[in-house]
Amino acid sequence: MLLILLGVLILHLIILILLIVSTAASAWTVGGNVSKDLWYNCLTNDVIYQCTPASDEDWIQAVQALMILAVLFCFFSLVAFVFQLFKLVKGGRFFFTAIFQILASLFVMCGAIIYTVMRTDDLPGAQFGYAYVLAWVAFPLCLISGLIYIVLRKKE
Amino acid sequence: MLTLVALASLLVLATVPEPSQAIVIYTGWERHALVGTEVRLSCSFFSWRWTSEDVTFSWTYRPDGARDSISIFHYTGGVPYVDNKGPFRDRLEFVGDPGRRDGSILLKNLEFSDNGTFTCDAKNPPDIVGRPSSVRLLVFEKVPIQAGVITGSIIGAVLGLLLLIVVIYYLMRFLVARRVFSLNVSKHGKKKKEGSQQRQLWTPPPLTLAPRP
Repeated sequence: MLLILLGVLILHLIILILLIVSTAASAWTVGGNVSKDLWYNCLTNDVIYQCTPASDEDWIQAVQALMILAVLFCFFSLVAFVFQLFKLVKGGRFFFTAIFQILASLFVMCGAIIYTVMRTDDLPGAQFGYAYVLAWVAFPLCLISGLIYIVLRKKE
Repeated sequence: MLTLVALASLLVLATVPEPSQAIVIYTGWERHALVGTEVRLSCSFFSWRWTSEDVTFSWTYRPDGARDSISIFHYTGGVPYVDNKGPFRDRLEFVGDPGRRDGSILLKNLEFSDNGTFTCDAKNPPDIVGRPSSVRLLVFEKVPIQAGVITGSIIGAVLGLLLLIVVIYYLMRFLVARRVFSLNVSKHGKKKKEGSQQRQLWTPPPLTLAPRP
């Protein structure tokens, strides 16, 4: 049915947007006038922004890599979905799409876990920002989407 | 015949007045090292003349932020003279080979105060016109990871693995189609086709997808 197709596609696009926003937005750790994300640690006093690159630690580079890989694999699975939609034999399953989507969810999970464990809590009042929450939200959505693709079949 | 030509060319070259290029000295641009370890500062030169017996190497050191430089090493007359009064006493060693135009020194037990610029000046008489070359020494507590090295390597490794798997998959399909593999693989393929045909006659599974018109 066209409805299922549309629903699955919209879910996939939402996941892709969540991942992109989570990777790029500067809000993984916020607290007072400090905002940190995967790429910069920024300090502000309402007049100027002072940012230093966050890439000095090894673990943040691993999180960067995993988030970028998650975005890439989600995008690949979208391309594979569209491709398989036209090219799959009748009754076939969307295996490639499912594999890429599940790998993407795995990468987001690993990235979020590494960030959670290795984050230094030295700032008073530092809380997890919305980009971090988006990463954790994207992980189960991505997994569910991948499982849907496994169950999905092309109608005869 | 060939040796005659070679000898003649050598004679001609010997009588030609020496080219006006100066001596060119090569050192590194920057050296990074951990505190407490040792670092080798290399210095070599290029000169149109043969290496003479009076070749000299000298190293001078200017600490970061200072204006004056001090001399820490000198090699002349076939004898190396290392620093025995300054900041590098008992820590400097000559590891070069003047016969091979190498005037490198070894600094041991690095300290943070060794940050600075080391200048090597070599002279190969009569070729003495040249510009000394400097190498900057940076001493670290912990060698910092350059931005993006780990990121790039993780992404590259995963994408490379993906590419490898895709290539292997298509290669296997190609080889099976070309009947390079034994027959039991094609039998397995036949069984799969029958199985999927049977499934089509069943009641359709819960989630289906209509093909686009």
